Amino acid sequence: MASSRMPTAEKSALSPMRDDAVLQLPLPPQLLQRGRCPFDPPEALDRMRAQSAVSPVMLRNGRTAWVVTGFDQARAVLSDPRFSADRLRHGSLLSDVSDELRKQLLDERLRAGSFISMDPPEHSRYRKLVTGAFTVRRMRQLTPRIAEIVTEHIDAMLATGTSADLVSAFALPVPSLVICELLGVPYTARREFQHRSAMILRLDTPIEDFLRLRQQLRQFMQHLVAHKRSEPGDDLLSELVHSDAEPALTDDELVSIANLLLIAGHETTANMLALGIFALLEHPDQLHTLRADPSLINGAVEELLRYLSIVHIGLTRVALEPVTISGHEIPAGATVLISVPETNRDPQHWSNPGCLDLTRPRRPHLAFGHGVHQCLGQQLARVEMTVGFTQLLQRLPGLRLAIPSQDVPLRSDMLIFGVHALPVRWDDLRLPR
Amino acid sequence: MNIHVDPTVCIGAGHCALRAPAVFDQSQHDGTVIVLDTQPDTEHQADVQAAVELCPSGAIWVSFAP
Repeated sequence: MASSRMPTAEKSALSPMRDDAVLQLPLPPQLLQRGRCPFDPPEALDRMRAQSAVSPVMLRNGRTAWVVTGFDQARAVLSDPRFSADRLRHGSLLSDVSDELRKQLLDERLRAGSFISMDPPEHSRYRKLVTGAFTVRRMRQLTPRIAEIVTEHIDAMLATGTSADLVSAFALPVPSLVICELLGVPYTARREFQHRSAMILRLDTPIEDFLRLRQQLRQFMQHLVAHKRSEPGDDLLSELVHSDAEPALTDDELVSIANLLLIAGHETTANMLALGIFALLEHPDQLHTLRADPSLINGAVEELLRYLSIVHIGLTRVALEPVTISGHEIPAGATVLISVPETNRDPQHWSNPGCLDLTRPRRPHLAFGHGVHQCLGQQLARVEMTVGFTQLLQRLPGLRLAIPSQDVPLRSDMLIFGVHALPVRWDDLRLPR
Repeated sequence: MNIHVDPTVCIGAGHCALRAPAVFDQSQHDGTVIVLDTQPDTEHQADVQAAVELCPSGAIWVSFAP
């Protein structure tokens, strides 16, 4: 596929060759700016959807991208094989990047196994190798251990007093420990990957820094793959290293797969847990409803996934050929951005979509995506949230923010939305009556 | 109600096994869909329909005998 040539997209004077370029689509700032409510998507996106479910927008580099805000249109794009998930190879994202950086970003050896950006049939081979480890049944088997981890972390919070930062004390360590145990990554080595994966998920990390961080993460994982080869454990990475896949998985592939699962496994659920509690605290009626009837938890998790849509920038696809969606002709090579928050609030699909309603009937949402790339770890995330929210509400009576809500630091600067910290307090159960 | 599945397009998201566990399971090997009951009772009909709607890969469909 030749690099993209969009209607307005000849190399723009606005985009000189820069090596401090980032790997993100240069969206107009209005499409990134949230209003007063921290849970609502940018108003500019709402206005776009009110006009059309698919809208061309001019990017900051003068190129055009198509933003999908309609639910049905988003599902259509995400299940259409004419759209590729390989945005680096097919899109215009790297058009303004130096040859040297582009070469490193497209290095076949380093991309091998990174199936999140592959299309079928290549994608299917890798996905099927790991899907067996994330089935509903396997997650049910993991549930007691997840509950134990959640309990231990709340015990530790209770032991230290009546206040904590929910992010550092609970929301980040719980899913991080769970994915480490599942994969077979020593949690004691978390300093090797937690900070680096967080840096990679910043919206403003320059490509040069991204490449360096990627290399460091790969070196760490390479050592671990070598270790699992000689001393396999009862974990997913050992299973993959010793799998009978045909052809056998190379070390490059194993390193990419493992890092993908490790990064995806803790940044996402971590943010749902913290932002979910923030949202519940800001909607006391909903919090009360859930406390009064804990059996609502499964529906509550789905509604929080929909309402919060933490993949807030959206999902990117590239048209491999001209495609018409809702009357809009999208040319070959064009980038399409599916706005997950907007599609999850499409009034054609949801009644009163801007309202958090934990009793809402379960319908499909796009929080985990759609099509062949729908989140591999979604059943794990569901268990972590179900157990996590339930225990937090049960065991921390009077849970409340310890700072004014407008002072909670939002992750508007990150690929995954959430809060950087959530200072909370709860009632002291140890006080004599 | 007759259940049809295509494990070759299934990506193992697991909605069906979660929503209608009496009708669907997942392969322990690669997580793809397994039908436990190709002609489920009407009591499962709503859950099967929900599973079809939730399925991200279009791996499940339903037909009705005349």
